[in-house]
Amino acid sequence: MSIESAKSKDFISEDPGGSSLWKDAWIRLRANRLATISLYFFIFISLLTILGPEILTSSYEDQDLNNTFAPPGKESLFGTDNLGRDLFARVLHGGRISLAVGFLATAVSLLIGVAYGMTSGYLGGKMDALMMRVVDILYSLPFTIFVILLMVLFGRNFILLFIAIGAVEWLTMARITRGQTLSLKQAEFIEAARALGYSHSRVLFRHILPNLLGPVIVYATLTVPAVMLLEAVLSFLGLGVQAPMSSWGSLIKEGSEKMEIAPWLIFFPGLFFSLTLLALNFLGDGLRDALDPKAAKD
Amino acid sequence: MVKFIVVRILQAIPTLFVIATLTFFMTRLAPGGPFDSEKNIPAEIKEKLEAHFGLEKPLHEQYFLYLGNLLQGDLGPSFKYMGWEVSELIAKAFPVSAQLGLFSLLIALVLGLPAGVVAALRKNSAYDYCLMTTAMLGICLPTFVMGPLLILLFSSWLGWLPPLGWYSFADMILPSLTLGLFYGAYIARLTRAGMLETLNQDYIRTARAKGASPIRVVLRHAIKGGLLPVVTFLGPAFAGLISGSFIIESIFFIPGLGRFFVTAAFNRDYTMVLGTVLFYACLIIILNLVVDLIQASLDPKSREP
Repeated sequence: MSIESAKSKDFISEDPGGSSLWKDAWIRLRANRLATISLYFFIFISLLTILGPEILTSSYEDQDLNNTFAPPGKESLFGTDNLGRDLFARVLHGGRISLAVGFLATAVSLLIGVAYGMTSGYLGGKMDALMMRVVDILYSLPFTIFVILLMVLFGRNFILLFIAIGAVEWLTMARITRGQTLSLKQAEFIEAARALGYSHSRVLFRHILPNLLGPVIVYATLTVPAVMLLEAVLSFLGLGVQAPMSSWGSLIKEGSEKMEIAPWLIFFPGLFFSLTLLALNFLGDGLRDALDPKAAKD
Repeated sequence: MVKFIVVRILQAIPTLFVIATLTFFMTRLAPGGPFDSEKNIPAEIKEKLEAHFGLEKPLHEQYFLYLGNLLQGDLGPSFKYMGWEVSELIAKAFPVSAQLGLFSLLIALVLGLPAGVVAALRKNSAYDYCLMTTAMLGICLPTFVMGPLLILLFSSWLGWLPPLGWYSFADMILPSLTLGLFYGAYIARLTRAGMLETLNQDYIRTARAKGASPIRVVLRHAIKGGLLPVVTFLGPAFAGLISGSFIIESIFFIPGLGRFFVTAAFNRDYTMVLGTVLFYACLIIILNLVVDLIQASLDPKSREP
């Protein structure tokens, strides 16, 4: 076999007429009713929060002091708050911020975690031991406390929020990636790639990276709700998103202060937030079963 | 065993050092100081206050001074609660948080363990689906939604329980329930997963083949292995519970350590912040060690060779 023909089969070759890992996974995911419903629900919520505020006539910050604490009805679907702002518009706008924080912070942690884990696993030996020791030390830090501290001390900065949350969440990602890389490194197709004289970066990016995406995607799906929860905790403590902007966390906080007069103020944001978390968790579970059948029993 | 404990304690020292250093410089680099917020405080008094607490010295000198005191177990005086030592304040607030944490853990275990075992034994039945959907709901209904909803239901509408405070037993029910339901849901899921894995093992089949009753199979053989993931989770969970959820303490106005910490950070009470963070860190390290020891006694495989 010439080198040229081997090069053309960069990935694990598929047997003719077979289906790829991703297609298999998609079929398995579709077989899971709960995960499928969650996926559609999540797409629905995302579209609602992305497009909703553009279409709605009422804005999240328009006040109407003649119409405060209006109960849900025809005028405003979810009622209004103490300043007469339309709750429906605020919930949709809040969802935008919550989801954006969830996805962006997860992306930050994904980038750091995968890069760190792959480097550590691929290098192996003393460097690996050292890099994982650092992760172990960071793991035992009381990180929620540090995030709160960071937000209190340096003000409620939106960018700081991403950094703080991303810094917490990359550790597990790094561990998972490193474990995968370590075991992939032993695989024969990696050995073959090395024997063919491919550079380290080519082996890392074309051979190892695509093969560890499965567990990483599963974990990322489960990180998004975790991040959204952390953002909500910070917003609830008054350290996250600031008025008149809103996230689901800050809406729930406002709602909990006024729930005796207007229960809908906590009910609707709480409902949207919980349902979204529920859908993301079910989706993550379904993805794990679909992408990694071996680990499905957890 | 003793060697294992000693090694772990030695490993904790660099961790604590990193935490102390990080927190020290984080608090100092932040804008504002402990005596900035009071209005009408004459400059010379402020200077005297700062001199009294050693704040006029260069930063690195303050740092080494603090570390030196720390080595002698001295957390220093609080900047905001005049006349109080940080250790005294922690000793006052921590029991409240610990009480809340223990009650919640009790509720979580009482609800979560049986639910998980039943769901695993009746896998894919209506029981399983009902219990696990409830558990998923419990996880996704965060404490800051659940807490206010419970207050609304039980104190505003029904008037059965007080909405806030921490004086009598009735005060403790709602906060403990809020936290307990959340952790209980988690424990139920973990128990189910652990039990399912254990029930597939060969030694369970052997036990069944030998004619052990189903109850005996579960209680005598399966539960030990099935509880492993729960024990692993209990470490961080217990630390989270004991260190008092910041959220719960602020919803129900409970004078626990979590609220002290947040207030101290807002007030730039440097020593109080440092003391609390270090206290939390020690707590987490000790609890993780205890969990590892329990794990080793449950699972021979995890013992160090």
